[in-house]
Amino acid sequence: MDDALNSYMTGPDEAGRFGIFGGRFVSETLMPLILELEAQYEHAKTDPTFWAEMNDLWTHYVGRPSPLYFAERLTDHLGGAKVYMKRDELNHTGAHKINNVLGQIILARRMGKTRIIAETGAGQHGVATATVCAKFGLKCVVYMGAHDVERQAPNVFRMKLLGAEVIPVTSGRGTLKDAMNDALRDWVTNVRDTFYCIGTVAGPHPYPAMVRDFQSIIGKETKQQMMEREGRLPDTIIAAIGGGSNAMGLFHPFLDDKTVRIIGVEAGGKGVDDRMEHCASLTGGRPGVLHGNRTYLLQDADGQILEGYSISAGLDYPGIGPEHAWLHDVGRAEYVAITDAEALEAFQLCCRLEGIIPALEPSHALAHVMKIAPTLPRDHLIVMNLCGRGDKDIFTVARHLGVTMSV
Amino acid sequence: MSRIDETFVRLRSRGRKAFVAYIMAGDPDADTTLDLMRGLPAVGVDVIELGMPFTDPMADGPTIQAAGQRALESGMTVDRYLDLVRAFRAQDSTTPIVMMGYYNPIYSRGVDRFVAEAVQAGIDGLIIVDLPPEEDAELCLPARAAGINFIRLATPTTDDRRLPKVLQNTSGFVYYVSITGITGAAAAQATDVGPEVARIKAATDLPVIVGFGITTPEAAETIARVADGCVVGSAIVKEIGAGRPVPEVLARVASLAAGAHRA
Repeated sequence: MDDALNSYMTGPDEAGRFGIFGGRFVSETLMPLILELEAQYEHAKTDPTFWAEMNDLWTHYVGRPSPLYFAERLTDHLGGAKVYMKRDELNHTGAHKINNVLGQIILARRMGKTRIIAETGAGQHGVATATVCAKFGLKCVVYMGAHDVERQAPNVFRMKLLGAEVIPVTSGRGTLKDAMNDALRDWVTNVRDTFYCIGTVAGPHPYPAMVRDFQSIIGKETKQQMMEREGRLPDTIIAAIGGGSNAMGLFHPFLDDKTVRIIGVEAGGKGVDDRMEHCASLTGGRPGVLHGNRTYLLQDADGQILEGYSISAGLDYPGIGPEHAWLHDVGRAEYVAITDAEALEAFQLCCRLEGIIPALEPSHALAHVMKIAPTLPRDHLIVMNLCGRGDKDIFTVARHLGVTMSV
Repeated sequence: MSRIDETFVRLRSRGRKAFVAYIMAGDPDADTTLDLMRGLPAVGVDVIELGMPFTDPMADGPTIQAAGQRALESGMTVDRYLDLVRAFRAQDSTTPIVMMGYYNPIYSRGVDRFVAEAVQAGIDGLIIVDLPPEEDAELCLPARAAGINFIRLATPTTDDRRLPKVLQNTSGFVYYVSITGITGAAAAQATDVGPEVARIKAATDLPVIVGFGITTPEAAETIARVADGCVVGSAIVKEIGAGRPVPEVLARVASLAAGAHRA
């Protein structure tokens, strides 16, 4: 009993709430579907054959476990804490997204669904979904904001090569939020045969918990690998947050390890101030209801949702997963913001010092590592989640650095 | 008895089906909306469904999305929405007004404050798309306690097992969504809708009104015949979006209402 009360790992409750956050704010048409999904997931969760299939695919298709890498030159350069990188960018498809997609697609197959829809921002979740659908011969439709289709062209082509249909979304500003609206509209229309594969720890219950559970493989491996390497837990763990799935995956297994400092890094865009040219929902937003859950949102005084801005398409979302909102309010995790400029600097440093081209999303996490590592003692262990590789971002980075590339 | 209950008692005593018209508050501007609202009862509208715009209308098709966008650009806010209702109420004390929208603008304002203001302004019912019965404690129960009808959507996916839960705290009427989909999409089919309405009516004494996918006077007639009435939204909003003057929009509404009233 005391253990349950003292644990940060027992949520959500039966109503899908983490404190006041989460819930099931969807239209009646979708309600029976998410209840069915919840029942199926609850069953799968304790079914050894489900996890056997997951583990087999994680090992032989994704390439897990991903390495825990000691970034020696970066550590020397920063001159403080010892920096480790959890190399989820080495996964098949180049990011952590596939960890979750595999789980949801196996579930969809068990539920007899034949058509998979997904929303995508940077395109990483779209690529992962298209990939797994190709592997299992499922029809795949990906909604992507028209603005993101433009800035993530390589991933759009990848999805098409993998047989997916990519639908550019022109409503709103044409980013992840708008893609999610249209995916929900598709789902409400095609309820019988369609499974909505959400890419982050947001949306109506059970998605935030389910996606977290699938991504928790990141934190579980990290814990074991750190014990093997250093014989103890890390002191600080850090991850970037858009919706927050890679961060939740790293954080969750450590929530009850009170000595571990947990830091989430939001996209500060051009700076977190009242111009609202950022995507830092926790730092610059307040609680509201969108896309099926209550969480911190960027919104105006009248409860209308603001667009947000970030150099990184994967972080360009005005909300955040409800469990992060709760961890923020109860103070178990800290949340900070990193600007576009700081992320770009970290991106380049990682390329030069470690021979790793990181995605712009984890470059935000790395930028915060660069801020705090020099202030910490040499025996302080930091793990940052290098959740995606940067091949998709080189055009964006080139543009920001004033380099013209011709292909 | 609420204004909505009284309206249905009156309609029933005259053997008439209800015609519900949806327009978006502030599309293209608040003055036009008020002119339209004042004209609707005279052309046969029994209940006015007044949309509150939201940036992310996940249950709506392109027509209503665009109307919401225009309304927000014209400066529509919850304050101005309440002003519109007050201005309408000053001249019409019988036609029910149902607010249709999404939860966040209400949540952002504070539920208790909103409910008090809604009662004072003369809002009779709420249709909040993203509040299923699982979230009744949020707004449904406080609104009911204040005498506002909370009108629930029942859909083709609401099976017999779930129906009692959907009906439990519903009042005013039940809004049957004729299709799985968004507003203004596929056409509602009376052959599908009839048995579904009968199924719901077997479980409740409340009137059952059918909406989504009704665009012509003929469709209004055939759908209203198998229910207690029907809602038309996108077809009217499309006329407003095309920039038609108020009398032309009202003439179009009159023909749709006549269709429903023939049933």
